[in-house]
Amino acid sequence: MRARGPVFRVLPPAACAILLIAARETAFALTDPASHVGSMPTNIFSPASTPARESYAATLFVFGIVASIFVVVGGLLAFAVIRYRQKPGEELAEPPQVYGSNQIELAWTVIPVLIVVVLFLVTARVIFGVQDAPHPANALDVTVVGHQFWWEFRYPKQGFVTANELHIPASNPKDPQPTFLTLVSADVDHSFWVPKLGGKTDLIPNHVNQMWLDPSQPGVYLGQCGQFCGAEHAKMLLRVYVDTPKDFAAWVRGQQQPAATPATDGTDPNVAAGKQVFFTNSCVNCHTIAGTPAKGRFGPDLTHLMSRDTIAAGAAENTAANLRQWVKDPDTFKEGCLMPAMKLTDPQLDQITAYLSTLH
Amino acid sequence: MADSLPLPGTVDLTASVPSRPFVDLMHDWVTTVDHKRLGLMYIAYSLCFLLAAGVEALLIRIQLAIPNNTFVTPEVYNRFFTMHGTTMVFLVGMPILFGFANYLIPLMIGARDMAFPRLNAFGFWMTAFGGILLYYSYIGGDGLYGAGSAPDVGWFAYAPLTARAFSRGHTMDYWALSLIVMGFGTIATAVNIIATALCMRCKGMTLMKMPLLPWLYVVVSFMVLIAVTPLSAAQIMLLIDRYLGGHFFDTQAGGSAVMWMHFFWIFGHPEVYILVLPAFAFANEIIPVFSRKAIFGYPAMVAASVGIGFVSLGVWAHHMFTIGMTPMSNTFFVLSTMLVGIPTGIKIFNWLATIWGGHIRFATPMLFSVAFLFQFLIAGLTGITLAVAPFDWQVHNTYYVVAHFHYVLVGAILFMIFAAFYYWYPKMTGRMMDETLGKWHFWLMLIGFHLTFDFMHIPGILGMPRQIYTYGPDRGWGMWNMIVTVGAFVQAIAVLIFVFNLVRSYFVGKPAGPDPWDAWTLEWSTASPPPVYNFAKLPEVQSRRPLWDLKHPEDPDMNYE
Repeated sequence: MRARGPVFRVLPPAACAILLIAARETAFALTDPASHVGSMPTNIFSPASTPARESYAATLFVFGIVASIFVVVGGLLAFAVIRYRQKPGEELAEPPQVYGSNQIELAWTVIPVLIVVVLFLVTARVIFGVQDAPHPANALDVTVVGHQFWWEFRYPKQGFVTANELHIPASNPKDPQPTFLTLVSADVDHSFWVPKLGGKTDLIPNHVNQMWLDPSQPGVYLGQCGQFCGAEHAKMLLRVYVDTPKDFAAWVRGQQQPAATPATDGTDPNVAAGKQVFFTNSCVNCHTIAGTPAKGRFGPDLTHLMSRDTIAAGAAENTAANLRQWVKDPDTFKEGCLMPAMKLTDPQLDQITAYLSTLH
Repeated sequence: MADSLPLPGTVDLTASVPSRPFVDLMHDWVTTVDHKRLGLMYIAYSLCFLLAAGVEALLIRIQLAIPNNTFVTPEVYNRFFTMHGTTMVFLVGMPILFGFANYLIPLMIGARDMAFPRLNAFGFWMTAFGGILLYYSYIGGDGLYGAGSAPDVGWFAYAPLTARAFSRGHTMDYWALSLIVMGFGTIATAVNIIATALCMRCKGMTLMKMPLLPWLYVVVSFMVLIAVTPLSAAQIMLLIDRYLGGHFFDTQAGGSAVMWMHFFWIFGHPEVYILVLPAFAFANEIIPVFSRKAIFGYPAMVAASVGIGFVSLGVWAHHMFTIGMTPMSNTFFVLSTMLVGIPTGIKIFNWLATIWGGHIRFATPMLFSVAFLFQFLIAGLTGITLAVAPFDWQVHNTYYVVAHFHYVLVGAILFMIFAAFYYWYPKMTGRMMDETLGKWHFWLMLIGFHLTFDFMHIPGILGMPRQIYTYGPDRGWGMWNMIVTVGAFVQAIAVLIFVFNLVRSYFVGKPAGPDPWDAWTLEWSTASPPPVYNFAKLPEVQSRRPLWDLKHPEDPDMNYE
């Protein structure tokens, strides 16, 4: 029963050392200011919008409480485990038997109750603060529709539709202009999550949800689908572009234009041919190009495809080569996505890429 | 240590039995209604699935070790995590805990068998057939190419992804049918445990003199009756949707995806407590024996267990903070979730007080129990952070949550299952498990566990959702995932050492005698392994620790209870 080889004099300290290194590395990773901005674009500990900041404040509060509990209870446990080890000579003697104590047990019931009360009140305040926030008249409204494996963004007041890259205006903290999102789903459950801007809210069919954001710092914020939705859930990525109000207005004007007309757009014969390919294949059944007969709703709106930085819901950069490969065989980037390989010939692929490249 | 006990009527059964043909022996096992044999079969069966689900976990970890990995395809990856979760909960967690219950409860309450031995066998075989049906999905349908028809929608299988429109083929049918079959087995066992503990106790054992292990299993079994039935109902509704034109969860025809979530989590959350209370039960038996003290605050421990049982039935929607419930519903479930922390805290304090002032013996069962105390403390505290809904909005469905519940399932439950193996193996086989191998197992498991699940919290905080088959290198998750994967392999080595120890000790382990740990409950008063009839003469008890009374007639427990 007491076999203790030399290795057991090495293993316990090794385990402790590894744990200490773990703790140190964790603290380093989560508090290093350099790592917040650059390499960790979705760190929830660097909030950039009011709902995210509210969550962060509640998080720090609860982490403080549980860390204190851990230090006290863990310390007592460690002390007891070390202090009350069986010592030589105690093998046969039994320690005094203690069966319980009502006073002590009352104490360690009441103290946790008090902690729970405090924690609950703080949490309730944040929940109501975020969920019951008023909808100001100047707020931007966007409807987000979740699809297997991409995002549709509808701007009902501005009258256009885009996909995968949400543009919203930066909100001036002195005169906030939040963005309110109405979340719905076209097929299965999804979840809208951009960690720096706020917690996630699900997109559920037959169940309309709301959330809001008010980032003040322009830039690109990354996120992705937060609820498993099928084969390519992992590549249902999400980009939020926070523009200055001026840039945002310009972007909206651009999106409101109908699609560029290829005939006036240059002399490349491939463009006209590519348009022919697009409109004589089943592309039109799933994709919309405003101002043309293409009115499909199953796939992303392509009216201003070239105004986006990525294709395939963020799975690839929007370059001509990627676009061509994507049309040729979508599985290259996103195995199991719902866009079929269209079995086009190489010249047709060049032509359709040339046409799509005109959709600025 | 006493080699034989003065309890009257103990019979030494070490006399050799004439050998019989292998087929006869197998026939005995298949037709048995003996609670000990059924218990062992439950345990052996779960160990097989533990290895299967462990391999799935390793494959998952290989795929996630580096960004943009292409080790498996997305479809295969999705099958692996679904099967890993389903297997670990339904084919490992519940059966192994019911296995120990079957084996131990009649022995601990001084009974000859469970109340309903045939129902017991029925329960085991239903569970076994359900598991085989689930695993048949790997070779059903398209066969091994593309991993067959194994389910691929995650273990909570949110509607409407399970509808025929989105899950073609038979993946969901394997999942739903096998869970229904296992559900019946589980319910049968729960009924049996309640009846046994309430009706079969030996003379003198009032409910408040019953050891804590049967007490906790009574709570667990009531929770099974309340929680598993909605799961079975939901599976039947799902099958009606898929084949009989129902629209319960079919959102395209006006069904409700949210209703599935409620059905699933009203099972799913109590399920966590169904799994963790038996781990508490093992701790309640092992910690006092190796601290050489009576459990501190027995009535409080019973009350806390019953309290956890009640409150845990009202917390399920904390899995649903992100579905857009009203602020009032969210705050309700915040409060109920935090309240579970109070009885749980009482338990930790009582274990601490039990150790306090004892003479702690660090045999392998106690090593695992001490690690359990620390790990369960951390798991409970991260659980409190998750109860804060605004934090949960951020980390819901991320690796922070995955790390939290693995801290409970591995750090608390699996560690206590290992402790239970080392503790009761001598009773079940008559031989001790090897202590040196046990210590190797413990320390490697501890290192692997912390490498894996401590570091797994971090990608969650850095925004990594669960159930994704890959991720880009730009998110800063790569290094953490590599560490997690390395830890998973260290744990795998530890588990292999454990399995080797189990098998080896059966043949060459030191003979244990009836009471190798100098323990106090009734199972240690009979031979190891116990005879078919358990006790030659049914025992009579005066206190919670009948063997303490026998060993210390000068100062028996009954004077203090």
